[in-house]
Amino acid sequence: MNGAASRGARADGAAAKAKGRALTEGQRAERRLGLWLCAPAAIVMVVVTGWPIAYSVLLSLQRYDLRFPEDKAWIGLSNYATVLTSEVWWTAFWVTLLITVVSVAIELVLGMLLAFAMYRAIVGRGLIRTVVLIPYGIVTVAAAYGWKYAWTPGTGWLAGLLPEGSAPLTERGPAIAIIILAEVWKTTPFMALLLMAGMAVVPEELLRAASVDGASLWQRFTRVTLPLMKPAILVALLFRTLDAFRIFDNIYVLTNGSQGTGSVSISAYHNLIGGLNLGIGSTMSVLILVTVAIIAVIFILGFGTAAPGSER
Amino acid sequence: MEAGRRSVSGWTVANVVVVLYAMVPVLWIASLSFKDPSTFSDGSFIPRKWTLGNYAGIFTNADFVRGLVNSIGIGLISTFVAIVFGTMAAYAVARLAFPGKRLLIGVSLLIAMFPQISLVSPLFQIERALGLFNTWAGLILPYITFALPLTIYTLSAFFREIPWELEKAAKMDGATPFQAFWQVIVPLAAPGMVTTAILAFIFCWNDFLFAISLTSSDAARTAPATISFFTGSTQFEDPTGSISAAAVVITIPIVIFVLFFQRRIVAGLTSGAVKG
Repeated sequence: MNGAASRGARADGAAAKAKGRALTEGQRAERRLGLWLCAPAAIVMVVVTGWPIAYSVLLSLQRYDLRFPEDKAWIGLSNYATVLTSEVWWTAFWVTLLITVVSVAIELVLGMLLAFAMYRAIVGRGLIRTVVLIPYGIVTVAAAYGWKYAWTPGTGWLAGLLPEGSAPLTERGPAIAIIILAEVWKTTPFMALLLMAGMAVVPEELLRAASVDGASLWQRFTRVTLPLMKPAILVALLFRTLDAFRIFDNIYVLTNGSQGTGSVSISAYHNLIGGLNLGIGSTMSVLILVTVAIIAVIFILGFGTAAPGSER
Repeated sequence: MEAGRRSVSGWTVANVVVVLYAMVPVLWIASLSFKDPSTFSDGSFIPRKWTLGNYAGIFTNADFVRGLVNSIGIGLISTFVAIVFGTMAAYAVARLAFPGKRLLIGVSLLIAMFPQISLVSPLFQIERALGLFNTWAGLILPYITFALPLTIYTLSAFFREIPWELEKAAKMDGATPFQAFWQVIVPLAAPGMVTTAILAFIFCWNDFLFAISLTSSDAARTAPATISFFTGSTQFEDPTGSISAAAVVITIPIVIFVLFFQRRIVAGLTSGAVKG
């Protein structure tokens, strides 16, 4: 019995060896070339991200404030305890989550409409695509100043529409709404382009057939287009959710995190550059990374086989 | 016929709405940039008192000019390196069978979604130790890293579309391998590479977080970061005009790219996403 098993294993080994030998010289050369061609990109990406991540984990386990370098010490997980019990962190966390969920939800709806407009437009298709790319391409900081001035009493056209004396950027609720507005404005075009690419995979005949069978525009959309677009929608949502979660530029310019409008990225930045507290700043960095990983895993479980990068 | 005309006018209305949506915030800051400081608060879309003074101001501001030079230099170098490395990797991904291909794609996807803030604190420390802090190289390194996933994805999607048999056909017709590559493959690959280069440059040009965190003076501070320091700390009493003018100036290259390469940029942004 044992002999049979080992014979089986040996046979497997022989087969594998045969397969190894079956690699022709050409295939082996191709493998080598492939690895060599990828090496520079892979090395840069791994060194510039991998090393700092490992280092920030180490920093997060230390009391390390650049203002008091002599106090530096290993303190285990107590930075995590400090951050996770601090109200500032949780405020920033919930604000970030709120901004992410609301802006991505609005973007999905607007982006879908915009994608339809671009996809179906008969006249002015070039114009509309050009115009839509401007919010995508514009420097976030430049656009954020545009919004800031627009909503500042005095220099603004939007603030003028509000009741006399209101300064929306100095109040928490309105300020968060404006941050979401700026974010939605800037990133809806990207969402729309990804969705439009998904629309292109829906066969025209299928829609026409549904139309002949008496399906209304809405039915055609929900029963034919949406199911076929699911992979594209999930990709767009994943990209945008993770991108929204790291929101920084808009908030930095609009409020700089005052009135409890800071995101987790803003908090980490203030701890690091403002407070020069490397330990706490790194702890926040690690926590943000973990959160992003959790969000990504949730999405990828939702993707199933449609995950980007998987062979289709 | 009637219905057709109605749908055309319906789409025209939709187009106008989209144009207003996309352009108004940009136009407002452009309008502010042409306003005389005494009329900033008149709330009028068309400046009542036109001036180029805001532009004259920023172009005589050494910090801003230096910021522009930094932005252009750092952006071009990062784009160039990312395209060279990205092209090599994308060619391998699209054309060759080798182990670790999926790992490479997976790692690039992870980096594409990586929260940049998580790199800021360790990089701040590492770059200070290595003497890279506040230098061009200190920004170029993270820019290449974050531009690479984009270039690998977009380029490999483009490369998959190239009819590579043409190369073989050219060789059969007596072309040398170099001629086959240079006269057949390069013209086919060039449009995809231009598109990818534009996307990578836009990414570098846009970055703000690294630019303010990894610099401490105008030695390497890029234009978006310089603008954020206009507030209060410079000789400008009221930075509104300078900030607006500077915001318009750094938007101009993007507008030019978009106007000339609109179709390509759309193709580039969507190709990677659909074909994965």
